[in-house]
Amino acid sequence: MNDSRETILAVRDLKVTFTTPDGDVQAVKGIDLDIKAGETLAVVGESGSGKSQTMMGMMGLLAGNGRVTGSAKYRGQELVGLPLKALNKVRGAKITMIFQEPMTSLDPLYTIGRQIAEPIVQHRGGTFKQARARVLELLELVGIPDAKRRIDSYPHEMSGGQRQRVMIAMALANDPDILIADEPTTALDVTIQAQILDLLNSLQAKFGMAVVLITHDLGIVKHFASRVAVMRRGEVVETGTTADIFERPQADYTKMLLAAEPHGRKASPGDKAPIILEGKNVAVDYATGGGLFGKKSGVFRAVDNVNIRLKEGQTIGIVGESGSGKSTLGRALLRLVPSTGRYQFGATNISDFGRSAMRPLRKQLQLVFQDPYGSLSPRQTVGEIITEGLYVHEPQLSRAERDKRAIEALKEVRLDPAARNRYPHEFSGGQRQRIAIARAIILKPKVVILDEPTSALDRSVQGQVIDLLRDLQKTHGLSYIFISHDLSVIKAMSDYVVVMKNGKIVEEGDTDAIFEAPRENYTQTLMNAAFTA
Amino acid sequence: MISFVLRRLASAVPTLFIVVTISFFLMRFAPGGPFNLERPLPPQTMANLMATYHLDQPLWSQYVSYIGNAVTGDFGPSYVYKDNTVAELIGKGLPYSMELGFYALLLALVGGVLAGTIAALRQNSALDFLIMSVSTMGVTVPNFVVGPVLTLIFAITLSWLPAGSWGDGSLRFLILPMIALALPQLAVFARLTRGSMIEALHTDHIRTARAYGLPARTVVITHAMRAALLPVVSYLAPAAAALLTGSAVVETIFTIPGVGRYFVLGAINRDYTLVMGTVVLIAIFVIVFNLLVDILYGLLDPRVRHD
Repeated sequence: MNDSRETILAVRDLKVTFTTPDGDVQAVKGIDLDIKAGETLAVVGESGSGKSQTMMGMMGLLAGNGRVTGSAKYRGQELVGLPLKALNKVRGAKITMIFQEPMTSLDPLYTIGRQIAEPIVQHRGGTFKQARARVLELLELVGIPDAKRRIDSYPHEMSGGQRQRVMIAMALANDPDILIADEPTTALDVTIQAQILDLLNSLQAKFGMAVVLITHDLGIVKHFASRVAVMRRGEVVETGTTADIFERPQADYTKMLLAAEPHGRKASPGDKAPIILEGKNVAVDYATGGGLFGKKSGVFRAVDNVNIRLKEGQTIGIVGESGSGKSTLGRALLRLVPSTGRYQFGATNISDFGRSAMRPLRKQLQLVFQDPYGSLSPRQTVGEIITEGLYVHEPQLSRAERDKRAIEALKEVRLDPAARNRYPHEFSGGQRQRIAIARAIILKPKVVILDEPTSALDRSVQGQVIDLLRDLQKTHGLSYIFISHDLSVIKAMSDYVVVMKNGKIVEEGDTDAIFEAPRENYTQTLMNAAFTA
Repeated sequence: MISFVLRRLASAVPTLFIVVTISFFLMRFAPGGPFNLERPLPPQTMANLMATYHLDQPLWSQYVSYIGNAVTGDFGPSYVYKDNTVAELIGKGLPYSMELGFYALLLALVGGVLAGTIAALRQNSALDFLIMSVSTMGVTVPNFVVGPVLTLIFAITLSWLPAGSWGDGSLRFLILPMIALALPQLAVFARLTRGSMIEALHTDHIRTARAYGLPARTVVITHAMRAALLPVVSYLAPAAAALLTGSAVVETIFTIPGVGRYFVLGAINRDYTLVMGTVVLIAIFVIVFNLLVDILYGLLDPRVRHD
């Protein structure tokens, strides 16, 4: 916005190269960036765009096989190639960073007070005892309640959001000029995400440092950044003010990214549609602690008396933060975890069905998981993975028939049928999720429970998977239960929404009603916390 | 903390009982007996001996009286070293074994951690390769080879150090047996440290420490080293128990009057009581060191603190 501000960090022709057994890989291909005093510059891009590696390269934090060339001048001082001793005077003092992983970025063996004090002692001198007053002040500044007591806590005694606040306290300790926030909220729940971003925003207003916000989330960019640099495959494709980028994007890639935000609506199947899967008074308990010689064992109620009714052709979206019980509910409905309640699939009461009684029904009740990397066996070919269910449910099929079904299923998920002779690691995240979907639909199911199927994917890939799921629903008359923490995906996919918190349903209703007029406080908080682009 | 220690000590009682029971019966099921010598004894003498030591009683009654005596600290007479009780034999030998074992443990720990850390910091360099090759040799070459080779070089050829015996107990006499005893454990410590150090150096919090301008020395010593020592500390208990209770091979080669050889000699001679005494000794060492190590682990890692 204010272009008269002084440029404090000038990046010119910065390249980051990794030496790998397959030859050199250039992660950043000579980019230019200017960071001005006090601004918020968002560096946006999908995974592999080089946005994080640019910062790591500049700060001398690349992995052992990485090297950086080009120039990054901080107030006239060249950072690239700067000897470690001189670089250590800049990092942690003038330029500080917070990272994506609040759970692992702090040393588990030291108290948070000591860890925040370390850069203070390092850059300003003095003792840890002297730094303690400043640490307390910082903890209060970042909104850690009861700072006097919490200062001696260990990281494992704090939640993810609190740990990220501790990281922010560390970043502010020496009044930095530039704060680099590398996906600071990606690992956090939406409501916590909003709190952390608001905190960063207010601290920036108070202290006037420049913030470099690295993110893949355009919603966050729109709300917090003053300027945006869009990166793709190691290059900056477009730079501009936030308003310009969102309203008058120039580069095709930026346009594509903006269009990749999930959109569209699903129509309700109507009141007359028959009910296909129903759970009444669903409850799931987990034992906590205990064990053979455990002291005290308790019971944690993960799902608490939930009623849910899925109609044919319907998509119910289940929204909630981590620990809300949404995934457990999905598994309980498929009778995959021990649970109480009454369950009905079509005309069959499956409440008392054990493992073997459920087996013939499994063909019609399928599950797709979040993690497209962990849920496919690395030692089986794609063909083996997707036809495995056929051996159980349609053992009469000949080899040729199975192969034919595999080809059909792969075509349906828009993958090359030749993929069936390859292994999962040869595919990207989005392709793997298609393989996982193919594994489910090859059995011609009636109900598919989709547990965060798009959460691990980039936005542009997400859009494609959502389109695919919608098309499959239309052609096969599938019913979905779509579990996600991502409101924009839920909005695009489902015609009915269930909001869960602490194992209970807080609010439910038609998608439009929930999104336009949420009644419950919690739902409103969730909506406000989600920054839609 | 105190209740943790008490609970652990209480659980040691059934453990010891089980160890004693199993070894007692295993020993008795092995063929032969303490008085089956190369030249068989006359039947009458044999019968007298068996009666003197109550070996003619039914097995269960021998077991009951052994347990009864052991609880009061009486581990019986040795059947082979006839003038000594088992307690006397162990009491005489243990100080030698423990002193030698303590130095060996110190050498193994300090040397191993140092070598492992250097190897990790210079990962894949020639130095790393050298340290790891030597430590592989340390594990694979048995100490009945290392001992005589050391003697040959340093005692016989160079005449720098005595070839054996406890002598006046001065360090000169201890250096060679100490090295022979420590080498395999030193190698294990080095490999453990190298592995955990490399892992620790790649964690996110090490990146944080570097991003905040902490000098390399602080990053390695205060942050990486402490995390890297955790698996090393876990291994400390079996290593300490093994070294402090003596080694039959090293004590025999260097003629050290420790307790290590009793375990082997006792087993060969079917000296039932001596073997049982040694088993109890080793079991107690293992239990005590596991407890000490758990306490130490708790001090190093706040996530498993015992309260």
